[in-house]
Amino acid sequence: MPIVTIDGRTIEVADGTTILQAARLIGPEVAPPAMCFYTKLKTSGGYCRTCLVEVTKGSEKDPRPMPKLVASCRTTVMDGMEVGNLKSEKVVAARKSVVEFLLLNHPLDCPICDQAGECYLQDLSYDHGSAKTRTDFERRTFDKIDIGPYIQLHMTRCILCYRCVKVADQITDHRVHGVMNRGDQSEISTYIEKAVDNDFSGNVIDVCPVGALTDKTFRFKSRVWFTKPIKAHRNCNKCCGKVNLWYKGDEVLRVTGLKDQWGEVEEFICNTCRFDTKKTSDWTIEGPSQISRTSVISANHYEVFVKPTEFTLNNVTPLQIEGENNS
Amino acid sequence: MGRKILLEHDNVPGIQGYDVYRKNGGYASVEKAIKMTPEAIVEEVKKSGLRGRGGAGFPTGMKWSFLAKPEGVARYLVCNADESEPGTFKDRYLMSRIPHLLIEGMITSSLALGVKTAYIYIRGEFFYIVRILEKAINEAYANGWLGKNILGSGVDLDLYVHVGAGAYICGEETALLESLEGKRGNPRIKPPFPAIAGLYGCPTVVNNVETIAAVVPVINMGGEEYAKIGIGKSAGTKLISASGHINKPGVYEIEMGITVEDFIYSDEYCGGMLNGGKLKAVVAGGSSVPILPADKILSTANGEKRLMSYEGLADGGFATGTMLGSGGFIVMDETASVVQNLHTFARFYHHESCGQCSPCREGTGWMEKILHKILDGHGTLADVDLLWEIQGKIEGNTICPLGDAAAWPVASAIRHFRSEFEAYVNNPGVLKEVNHYNNVYNLVKTH
Ligand SMILES: Cc1cc2nc3c(=O)[nH]c(=O)nc-3n(C[C@H](O)[C@H](O)[C@H](O)COP(=O)(O)O)c2cc1C
Ligand code: SF4
Ligand code: FES
Repeated sequence: MPIVTIDGRTIEVADGTTILQAARLIGPEVAPPAMCFYTKLKTSGGYCRTCLVEVTKGSEKDPRPMPKLVASCRTTVMDGMEVGNLKSEKVVAARKSVVEFLLLNHPLDCPICDQAGECYLQDLSYDHGSAKTRTDFERRTFDKIDIGPYIQLHMTRCILCYRCVKVADQITDHRVHGVMNRGDQSEISTYIEKAVDNDFSGNVIDVCPVGALTDKTFRFKSRVWFTKPIKAHRNCNKCCGKVNLWYKGDEVLRVTGLKDQWGEVEEFICNTCRFDTKKTSDWTIEGPSQISRTSVISANHYEVFVKPTEFTLNNVTPLQIEGENNS
Repeated sequence: MGRKILLEHDNVPGIQGYDVYRKNGGYASVEKAIKMTPEAIVEEVKKSGLRGRGGAGFPTGMKWSFLAKPEGVARYLVCNADESEPGTFKDRYLMSRIPHLLIEGMITSSLALGVKTAYIYIRGEFFYIVRILEKAINEAYANGWLGKNILGSGVDLDLYVHVGAGAYICGEETALLESLEGKRGNPRIKPPFPAIAGLYGCPTVVNNVETIAAVVPVINMGGEEYAKIGIGKSAGTKLISASGHINKPGVYEIEMGITVEDFIYSDEYCGGMLNGGKLKAVVAGGSSVPILPADKILSTANGEKRLMSYEGLADGGFATGTMLGSGGFIVMDETASVVQNLHTFARFYHHESCGQCSPCREGTGWMEKILHKILDGHGTLADVDLLWEIQGKIEGNTICPLGDAAAWPVASAIRHFRSEFEAYVNNPGVLKEVNHYNNVYNLVKTH
């Protein structure tokens, strides 16, 4: 089994493991951010380039470094490989520029975005970006399209991670949406504004790392950090029926899948559980869900909380979520 | 006169048709190859030193030997006829003038690779060439060079022309394969490489039109003989598409190793500068390769004359050299504006980016906007630095080489012509008036 070293930390992993997966096994302090890779979606990853790492030694057999930074989510480890993530200056610089590229045309409309507070682009910018913008060009906009009663599409926020396209391809029965047009005019769309509608389509909301696809039934109801996630389950004949119920007071405002430490859902849920089952009596309550302490959702209010960057990553033990899936 | 191999019969009347082509020695390489083992054909191509003519210059024999050959799995040969690089127009010339040469090359190459189905993926705008190729393919079928049991050898081969929809990115080999499969033309993330999992997941070789055509003379004369043509590791001849401020724009077949100076100034090739103008810069290998100023394109950093070959043009790395690329040789005299030319290129890459990966999707548009701002007279020196930085952040960080292709022209223009950018920034009004379009207008008037 190959042994790989990432930022000086060594681990032995199964054949075929990617650098990203190996890094996640070591721990969050060496795991590169991943905006497009999604463990449960085949052929995902490779697009966003946030997970670029430097391979300073290819393998025991062929120790030559790789000439370019590689996407850790799509590069398998070799025995003896040595990888630089945050300890590589090149990686830090490249990642900073990737964040800049991702934000170049982003509307930065966080104050009115339902994703704010649980947005991976916010976290990414906070951790790896710059506080200044170097562009004053008009930002890209798109014609609005309505994709049905459950899902709200904000194309301007999209980072084209392709996750939702893969969900549509792999999880739902008939794919009804995809990427249209080319280059920076690419957009997520359905053909002739058809509604996205089938039993598992709501999962595109959970996999979307930004606020491009949000839950229409939750739209503008509350900032996420004023809601509390409660783990619950029900007998569902379509899906696992295991969810987070997001409460404000006694009211369930939103239902989502359970997410692991890396922000990926543990199991996909059906639209009935997500959109049509919002009474406490529909569910068996298990108890409060753990939320990372660095998340604003943990703060639950606007009072002073410790800025995430002021933690040194080493003395934070990442909260383990029950049933967590690292693979 | 320089040696011509591919275009030897270019001027023979009727060479487009089967009979004349056949009378002039056409299909001899198939007759020869069909008696050889596939391994022996690959060996000849290896010995010939033939390198890919599509841009990257990868040794063709080596590429062929990487092709996986699992039992019971189909293999494919795909000819890349998507030629869309600004400045490059050699493949269309070859296909429209001597279509049977490509078809012969496809057959001979298929024999070498054990391929039973081969495709020519052609750029959508080349619809007139599609008809030429299809006519030639029909002739080849009618004369027993394609179809079942070629020449009684028991070998079958079918050849199809597939028309793209006109996207530069579909020239990138994995985007081409996606498009050929009927999908959106997005480059694939590699590995796996096409030699292992290409078209429909099967082992596939993708080669440029000119590369495949060159297999014909390689087999006819033998690899060793072919290797003697050209210079060093740049074996053989190369088609160069010459354009710009020269007296005789057009497609030329050169033996690799002639000097750049000869190519530009001799009557055999470009015939010197248009209207006796002064050479300012050359983009030597299609829009993607670094632009070089006159002194650097004519001679290397060591003061030697620069040669038209893979190594010759690359001499000095990107600091003082460039690349042979796909052989699109764009010549500019002193009336040309490097910044305006760059803006045109930047607009092209912005328009052609597939949009999969963030550095290219966002960076190409950003660079175009900044260049537009500079040309418009609103640029600052900080914008020039920013351009430099953006290109550096695209290069090497993308899925496919289109990102690099967009970055290199920007990097080289700033590297060698920074003062011109500064002139635009410092004299916004003046340069806006004395613009390229006026210059072009004057040229057209006097020509
Ligand atoms: C954006 C892009 C466009 C390309 N366009 C072409 C093309 O039009 N024709 C071509 O032969 N190769 C093109 N290539 C190169 C191909 O990917 C591939 O390397 C080539 O077809 C291999 O053939 P060769 O080994 O015979 O050169 C392009 C590459 C990129 C990245
Ligand atoms: S580099 Fe550009 S063209 Fe190539 S995959 Fe990325 S976005 Fe597409
Ligand atoms: S997560 Fe690896 S490229 Fe997006």
